Amino acid sequence: MPTIKLTRPKLNVGEKIYFGALIKGFFLTMMHAVKSLRGKSYGAEGLASSGLGVTMQFPEQRWDDHMPEYYRGAPTLVTDEQGRERCVSCQLCEFICPPKAIKIIPSEIPSDDKWAKVEKRPFEFDIDMTRCIYCGMCEEVCPEQAIYLRKDYLITGTSRAEMVHDKKKLYEIGGVRVGLVNKWNELK
Amino acid sequence: MSDTSPATAELKLPKDIAAEKGMVNVQIDGIWHQFPKGTRMIEACRKAKVDVPYYCYHPKLTVPGNCRMCLIQMGMPPRLAPGQDPTYDENGYQTIGWMPRPAISCANSIAENMGIRTTGELVEKCREGVMEFLLINHPLDCPICDQAGECRLQEQSVGFGRGVSRFVDMKVKKPKNVDIGPRIRLDDERCIMCSRCIRFMDEVAGDPVLGFTQRGTHTTLTVHPGRLLDNNYSLNTADICPVGALTSNDFRFQMRVWFLKETPSIDVNCGTGTNIVIHTRGDTIHRITPRQNDEVNSNWMPDSHRLNFHYIDGDSRLTDVLIKEDATHRPAAWPEAIAKTAEALSQFDPSKIAIIASARMTNEELFLVRALAGELKTDQFATVPREGENDGLLIAADRNPNTTGAKLVWNSSDPSASLSAIREGVRNGSIKALLVLGEDLTAEAGFTTEDLAKPEFIASVQLLAGATAEASDVVLPGAAFTEKRGSMVNLTGRLQRLNRAVEPQGQCRDDWEILRDLAAAVSGNKPDIFLIEDLFKKVAASTPAFEGLTLSKIGHLGTVVTETGYQIPLLTNERARAAAGIING
Amino acid sequence: MPEVVTATLIDLAIIITKIVAFTFMVVLPLVPLSVYFERRFSAIIQDRVGPNRVGIPLTLFGAKKDFHLFGLVQPIADGLKLFLKEDFTPDHVRKAFYWLAPVLTVVPALITVCVVPFGPDVTLFGRTEKLVIADLDVGPLFIFAISSLTVYGITLAGWSSNSKFPFIGGVRSTAQMISYEICLGLSVIPVLLYFGDLNLNNIVQEQADNGWLLLPFWTDGKLSLPSLQTTLFMIPAFIAFIIFTVSIFAETNRMPFDLPECETELVGGYHTEYSSMKFAMFFMGEYAAMVIGSALIITLFLGGWSAGFGFDEAIANFSIGDFRIGGFIHVGIFLTKLLVFILFFILVRWTVPRFRYDQLMKLGWVIFFEAALINVFLAALIIAAPGMASTITVIGLILLAVVTAAIIWVAKVSEPPAKVLRA
Repeated sequence: MPTIKLTRPKLNVGEKIYFGALIKGFFLTMMHAVKSLRGKSYGAEGLASSGLGVTMQFPEQRWDDHMPEYYRGAPTLVTDEQGRERCVSCQLCEFICPPKAIKIIPSEIPSDDKWAKVEKRPFEFDIDMTRCIYCGMCEEVCPEQAIYLRKDYLITGTSRAEMVHDKKKLYEIGGVRVGLVNKWNELK
Repeated sequence: MSDTSPATAELKLPKDIAAEKGMVNVQIDGIWHQFPKGTRMIEACRKAKVDVPYYCYHPKLTVPGNCRMCLIQMGMPPRLAPGQDPTYDENGYQTIGWMPRPAISCANSIAENMGIRTTGELVEKCREGVMEFLLINHPLDCPICDQAGECRLQEQSVGFGRGVSRFVDMKVKKPKNVDIGPRIRLDDERCIMCSRCIRFMDEVAGDPVLGFTQRGTHTTLTVHPGRLLDNNYSLNTADICPVGALTSNDFRFQMRVWFLKETPSIDVNCGTGTNIVIHTRGDTIHRITPRQNDEVNSNWMPDSHRLNFHYIDGDSRLTDVLIKEDATHRPAAWPEAIAKTAEALSQFDPSKIAIIASARMTNEELFLVRALAGELKTDQFATVPREGENDGLLIAADRNPNTTGAKLVWNSSDPSASLSAIREGVRNGSIKALLVLGEDLTAEAGFTTEDLAKPEFIASVQLLAGATAEASDVVLPGAAFTEKRGSMVNLTGRLQRLNRAVEPQGQCRDDWEILRDLAAAVSGNKPDIFLIEDLFKKVAASTPAFEGLTLSKIGHLGTVVTETGYQIPLLTNERARAAAGIING
Repeated sequence: MPEVVTATLIDLAIIITKIVAFTFMVVLPLVPLSVYFERRFSAIIQDRVGPNRVGIPLTLFGAKKDFHLFGLVQPIADGLKLFLKEDFTPDHVRKAFYWLAPVLTVVPALITVCVVPFGPDVTLFGRTEKLVIADLDVGPLFIFAISSLTVYGITLAGWSSNSKFPFIGGVRSTAQMISYEICLGLSVIPVLLYFGDLNLNNIVQEQADNGWLLLPFWTDGKLSLPSLQTTLFMIPAFIAFIIFTVSIFAETNRMPFDLPECETELVGGYHTEYSSMKFAMFFMGEYAAMVIGSALIITLFLGGWSAGFGFDEAIANFSIGDFRIGGFIHVGIFLTKLLVFILFFILVRWTVPRFRYDQLMKLGWVIFFEAALINVFLAALIIAAPGMASTITVIGLILLAVVTAAIIWVAKVSEPPAKVLRA
């Protein structure tokens, strides 16, 4: 193990008395106080401050307009422009999900279905939003471009059961996404 | 001595030393090894712990050499000109002349002073080329393919493939989702034409219904016209299929394999005691696959045994302790049921009590049955014989998995001898109390529902609802074979272990714990065994054949404890073929 | 009814009124108020908003908007929350002491209120009453005596919790409070020497007349330059002020001396095992101590209720009819000063990082203790100088200088050499 010898910095008498640093500190904190009272805190504008400090006042002011493109909100399932549910329940998201929030029960698509050639789809697809940590791993791992993190961030509920998003709810939030790779359209 | 030995060593070349032992010297990736003469290159590489990828090769089947994945670079000493003496390097080996073209390692045997390279540009390029050809028509089915996660094509594509496809044309379309048999689904697009399934059905199952039609990229695996892949060994083709072309209907879309926990155990459907792996997730069993044990079941398993696990979490599974009151059963707690059973049994004269045990129970449980009979002072205890037909492969005529164990633990030549006497006793009323362990008496035991109404008291350890459970005054829910630990002895006299893959359902308990508590309640003592390991030690101490064994010493492949002379037909076939050099064995 | 009994009853009623008014209507409300200021001020310092929502929930009664009062109701909501929380007594504590400890922290802090002069006397209904609960002649001593009891509460809390973090917190607190009480007592001696009185009301009156201790710019109610002696005395007065203020910080366990409950090391310190109202009592005790400490500093050094600059006489005599109620204006002045000083407390908390424990002990024992001792002699010399021969004064000064130098030298020599740190 490399050893680095450090010595404490030599302080002069003024520094040792410590009062100068104290006064400097008071000045600094008071500067911040004055700035935030005037709504001129550093970064206040970019964060759409409510006028005091940099904070945005939530229910009245909303994030929505300030959300970056890469924002990761609630994970959802999407359908494509042909109305096909893209998920084939490969369960890779269930596997990768760090907090184990996803639960999938696969099922076979009946042979009379239009998309019978896809063979497999989820029977149940539950995401427990009390567990979800919005890491986006499910989106990254999905081989079918079926799961996306949307910008919905207000995921609330009055019971645990309500916080479990089932397949219906997931498609409802996810909606239709266009311009995806449609590998199942090939002649089969 | 010190000055003579180098001279002798110089005289004796490695090839001569090896030849004395019937071995040959082979250099694999620069290191010299010795292997028996006639070993296949691929087996030599495996023994040298060098990875050679392959698809079509299977040690228990003939070698067609058609997947070309196991290509290696081979080298031999250069051929000598007439009159030229071979030259040896300081270690006594001849220089190897490497061939400029690859060879398949599965179909070629090793020779003296041979060299094998499993790395290097030639081999790597070859594998990359083979992978690219295999993937040209392979569909992008991985997200829906049950094989994903245990697919050789996936693994070797990652290991040896080029990562990107250069193929721009349309893929060849073939039949998908073909119903070729009651338990097997075929997807021809995924097939890589390794022909393992064809060879298995022909050579091992003896039911050659599969074959290829068409040629070139249009080669299609199919079942013989008018026939179905309905052999009782058909699911083994799904096991050996390196890709997802053949998949099991039963396991279809149930669970991805990477979620499954694998527990080694043994099958309890017949006396062969097939070695199995139980695949579970949480407390659900998703499938059972055979586990290689060349002394028991080779790599195979009959479908009927493999699929016989759905009853474990089926609707008729008993999960509550039940006590009968006024002709109906009510749920109860364990202490109450045990106490009630012990109290009821102690009210009868020992000659009026009989115990019907099962040869499906483990050695430990059978040992406790005898101990309980001792506590009750009755000698009327028997197992129920269960006879079927020997299918000439793996399924034995004796459908009880532990008949040999019962013989050894109870030290009797026929554990089921007194069953008919008990049956008669029940019928004529001389037996008033019946303790039934893990058997439905109306099935193989030959009782009728009327017979079961005769005894004054019946207590039974039951897995499933049925006539016996219905007639019982106390029903104690036992554990299924996937839920318990213990040991059994198969027909060849091999002691093997059961392992717990899932927790017992509901209130169910390990049978040995139930028996221990019953015996304790009858005798009035406190139970003194708390671990199955300790129980096995007791069994071993009182059974000469198990002497010196512990549960962990049995090992995953079992230990032979007695000679019975029984031969498993499938192994006889396999050994004959190995001796004839048809397979590697 | 005999006249004596009536007079006694009236006296009693007045005392009870004063107690209720000053303790429960002035000091106790200051506690939630300082909590609010603490949160709000710290938020503003850190570019945040702080509690600004809790007000009067008019929407509950059908109105369209709530009246949020800048979040002033927040401390009440917090208090209500603490009140409604489960009062959990862990199984492993020593129950009697565990229950006693919070009381022992909050009661002494409130008792000390009784000698703090909130204003000069007022005349109502022909009676002249001082605006102080008990006009004791030993004011500062009483405060020291009572407030040193607080340490029992904290020590008992730490010990009776029977758990390691509270125990360490309690031990730290005991050592810290005992150490700083010495500095506290010594630093206030020059002030008492100067005023020659231990009655806090008289001390404030003196400051109102002849200038605050740290601001002596008027004499007998008229602006004037201070005399040489007063000017010279500002040196020991200022030293005393600093030592006293810092010691009060230490005594009240405030940042930067909050080692007994430092969250990063000790979870919650001595009150880790407390919940609900028992925790709230510790909380209240701490803030009450802060209020009393500020009040004491203001009283001793910054003129107490006095407005200064010669306005006091006029304000004190302000009357409506027969009621001379100028004293209440002084109470207002006192409270204003108090609030400003509390804000200073808060500013310090959110500016200065926590000391290390050895630094804290060194500051108390090696620096403040000696400095306060020397300060006592210096103050005595300045006060006694006019009555002594100049040679004696000079000799005294030289002696003091030598002693000071000697102490500094000893402190320097005894200091262990700087350690080489390894990283």
